[in-house]
Amino acid sequence: MKWNRRLSLFAFFFASAIAAARPGQDRDVTLTADDLAQGKRVYVGQCSLCHGIEGVGGRGPALNQPTLRRAKDYQVLYNVIKNGVAGTEMPGAWQLTDREVRRVVGYIQSLNRVEASKLTGDAGRGRELYRAKGCAVCHIVRGEGGASGPELTGIGARRSAAYLREALIDPSASAPDGFLLVRVITRAGRSIRGLRVNEDSFTIQLRDDEDRFHSFRKNELKDLKKEPGVSTMPSYKALAAAELDDLIAYLASLGGPK
Amino acid sequence: MKNIRLLSIAFYLSLTVAVTAQVPYKRIADAGAEPGNWLTYSGDYQSHRFSRLAQITPANVGRLKTAWVYQFKQLGRQETSPVVVEGVMYVSESPTIVTALDALTGRTLWSWRRSISPLVKTIGFGRSNRGVAILDDTVYVGALDCYLVALDAKTGAVRWETKVEDNATGYSITAAPLAIDGKIIVGLSGGEAGIRGFLDAYDAKTGKLAWRCWTIPGPEEPGRETWGGDSWKTGAGATWLTGSYDPDLNLIYWGTGNPGPDWNGDSRPGDNLYACSLLAIDAATGKIKWYFQFTPHDVHDWDSNQIPVLIDADWQGRPRKLVAMANRNAFYYLLDRVTGEFLLGEPYAKQTWAKGLDAKGRPIVLPNTEPTIEGNLVWPSLQGATNWHSPSYSPLTKLFYVAAREMGAYYYKGEAEYRPGTFFAGGGERALDGDKAYGAVRALDVTTGKMKWEFRLQAPPWAGVLATAGGVVFGGSNEGNFFALDAATGKPLWDFQTGGAITANPISFLIDGKQHVAIAAGQALFVFGLPSAGRGR
Repeated sequence: MKWNRRLSLFAFFFASAIAAARPGQDRDVTLTADDLAQGKRVYVGQCSLCHGIEGVGGRGPALNQPTLRRAKDYQVLYNVIKNGVAGTEMPGAWQLTDREVRRVVGYIQSLNRVEASKLTGDAGRGRELYRAKGCAVCHIVRGEGGASGPELTGIGARRSAAYLREALIDPSASAPDGFLLVRVITRAGRSIRGLRVNEDSFTIQLRDDEDRFHSFRKNELKDLKKEPGVSTMPSYKALAAAELDDLIAYLASLGGPK
Repeated sequence: MKNIRLLSIAFYLSLTVAVTAQVPYKRIADAGAEPGNWLTYSGDYQSHRFSRLAQITPANVGRLKTAWVYQFKQLGRQETSPVVVEGVMYVSESPTIVTALDALTGRTLWSWRRSISPLVKTIGFGRSNRGVAILDDTVYVGALDCYLVALDAKTGAVRWETKVEDNATGYSITAAPLAIDGKIIVGLSGGEAGIRGFLDAYDAKTGKLAWRCWTIPGPEEPGRETWGGDSWKTGAGATWLTGSYDPDLNLIYWGTGNPGPDWNGDSRPGDNLYACSLLAIDAATGKIKWYFQFTPHDVHDWDSNQIPVLIDADWQGRPRKLVAMANRNAFYYLLDRVTGEFLLGEPYAKQTWAKGLDAKGRPIVLPNTEPTIEGNLVWPSLQGATNWHSPSYSPLTKLFYVAAREMGAYYYKGEAEYRPGTFFAGGGERALDGDKAYGAVRALDVTTGKMKWEFRLQAPPWAGVLATAGGVVFGGSNEGNFFALDAATGKPLWDFQTGGAITANPISFLIDGKQHVAIAAGQALFVFGLPSAGRGR
C-alpha cells in the first residue's frame, strides 16, 4: 500500500514536471485560472503603465500579438520579465517571486492574441518621407543622423504604432526622457536654450539647436529654467493621413541594428 | 640644514610611532581630545561625525586641493569610512579588503584580502564594506561571508577569525565593528533573507563570543507576542550599521532593520518587536535595557539602522542625555537615552504615510498606504528619507546635519515564501527617480527638529556629511561632487568633481599638523588639504 502510494505520488510529480514549462517549451500548463487572475493583477499594477491594459501597447510594445518580437517563447518571456531588457526602459522584476513571474507570463500568453493590426502605411514610402522631411537632422537610424532627438534604430521594437502616431502628432505629449529643454540666462544677460546633456548640483551642460555645447556653473547664472514635457520636435499633424500612415509603418519596421 | 635634519628625524620617529601606535579603549572614549586622529567609524562613541579641527574654515576652504588619491584594489561599491591613527589610515574596500596607508603619501603599508567567493550570499544589499574598528594594536573587520577577523595593525597578519553566523542562510557583515572596552560589537546584514537578527559582542583578545542579543524575541521572551505564529523565526531585524556607545551609562545604542518579509506583513500580525527600533543594550551583559520602535509593523522596508547620535543638551530647561535619529521613515526623533522616553518627532522630509506621531511617538498611520499588488505611491521610497550614510552633529552650531532623500515609490505587495538563503521580501517598489526625485543636505535644530537651512542636491544622496569646528559641512553627491557648505547658513563654499558617485562618509584628520578631509568616491579615496609651501601641497 505504502509502495503504491509512493508510486502514485511519483507519477503525480513526474506528470507535473512534464506539464510545467521548461526552456524551449511554449506554455506552463500547470497554471490555474486563479493563477492567471493573480497574474493579471500584477500585470495591471506593474506592467500596464507601459504595455497597456490587456497588452494593447503604449509606451512599450503591444503584448497581445501572436509573436512577441523580443520574447518568442515561454522561457525568453520569463527571462525578459525577470531580468529586463538591457539598454531599454524595461526593468527587471526583482520584486516578483518565480511563481509570480510565471503567473504574469501565463497571463500575457492568455491575452487575446490578435494579429498586429495590419499597418495600412507603406514602410518604403515612409522611409522616403523620413528623408524628405529632414527627420534625420535630429534622429539617428543605424548610425546616420543627428543626435538632438532620441535614436530611432530600434524604435519599432520599443513603442507601439499608436504611441508613434501620438508622438508625431503631439510631440510634447510624449517628450522623451533624457531630452530636457533648459533655458539659462547668464549674468551678462545672454539667454541660451538647449537640451540638457548633463547636470550635477553645481554645474549644467547644454547642447543648443546648432549642436554647440555650453557648460555653466549654476551659481554664475542669473536664471535657470527647466521645461519638462516640452519637445523641440515639430508636430506632423499637417501631414496627409496616408503620409502619416507611411511614416508610422517605416518607424514600426525599425526593429534594431541590422 | 641642522633644522632640516632634526625635522627629518622627528618625521621618521613619528612614522615609527605610527606603525606601533596603541589605541586603548580610553583613547577612543576620549576621541574628542585628539582630533588629529579618527579613531572609530563615526569619529567618536557619540557618533557626532564632527571634527574638532578648525584649520579649514569658510574663508579658506575654497583653496582645498587634492593631497593624494588612492585607487581601490578591486572594482566594487566603495562605501568605506576610514580610521586614522597617527599617520596611518586603515581603509576597508569591497568586498572584504583592508589596507593600511601612509596618510602622508597615500602609499600602501600593508593590505589584507579575504578570499570571498562569488557565491557568497548578499541578499538585498551590495558587496560592500563600510569600515574597520581599531583597539590596542588590532584592527577588526567584518567579512562578507559573515566572519569577524582580527588583524595585526602593524602588518595586517590575521590574529584570529570567528564565524559569526552561516552565510548560507543569508547572514553577512558589511558594517564596521564597534570596539569598546575589551569587546568588539558586530552587527549583521541579511534582512531580506528571513534571518533572525542579533547583535554580537566578542572578546577583543580571543574572538570568543561574549554575548548575543537577539533583536527578535524568542519563545517566553517579552515581545514574542508581537509576532503572529512562528513568524518571529524569520523576523529579520538586522543590525547592519554601526551603533553608538555611552561609556558612562555603559549602554550601546544600535538600530535594527525591517521585519521580514519586508513588504507583505500578512504573515506577521503585530508590532513585530524589535524590528525598526533603537535598542539600548547593556554592554556588560547584552541585555536590552530599553527599546523604542519607530515604525511598528513596518511594511515599507524602513529599517531603523540609521546612526543614533548621542547629544547632551538642555531639554525644556534642564540638561538631559539625549539620543537623536533622522529615521528612514522621514521623521527626526529625539529620545531620552537613559530611559528611552520619546521627547520629539518631526518630519524632516516629505512623507505621506503618517498623520503624525502620538504623544508616545507612535506613528498615526494613514489608511491606504500599505503596499498592494497594483502598487501604492508613498513617500519616502523604500530607500528612505535617509539611509546608511551618516548624519553629523556640531556642538558649536547645535545643528544636526542630514543628507536627505526626497523620493517617492510605488510599493508592491507580493508573495513571500521562505526558503533559507533566498530573497524573502514579499514585494518591492518602483521608485520615482530622475527629475521626479532630489536630495538635500539639511540642518535641523537639534532640540526642535525644525529645518534651519537646506542645500539642494540634484539627486537623492548616498553620501554622509561631516561638520567641523572650522564651521564647514562636507558632503557628497551621486554625480561625484565633493563639496563644502557653510555650517551656519548652508551656503556652498567649494566643490570638486571626483568623477565617480560618492556613496561614503567623509572624515577629517591631521597630516603633518595640517587638517585634511578624506572621502571615497567612485573607485578611489580622495584626500584634500590646504596648500602649503612645505611639501608642494
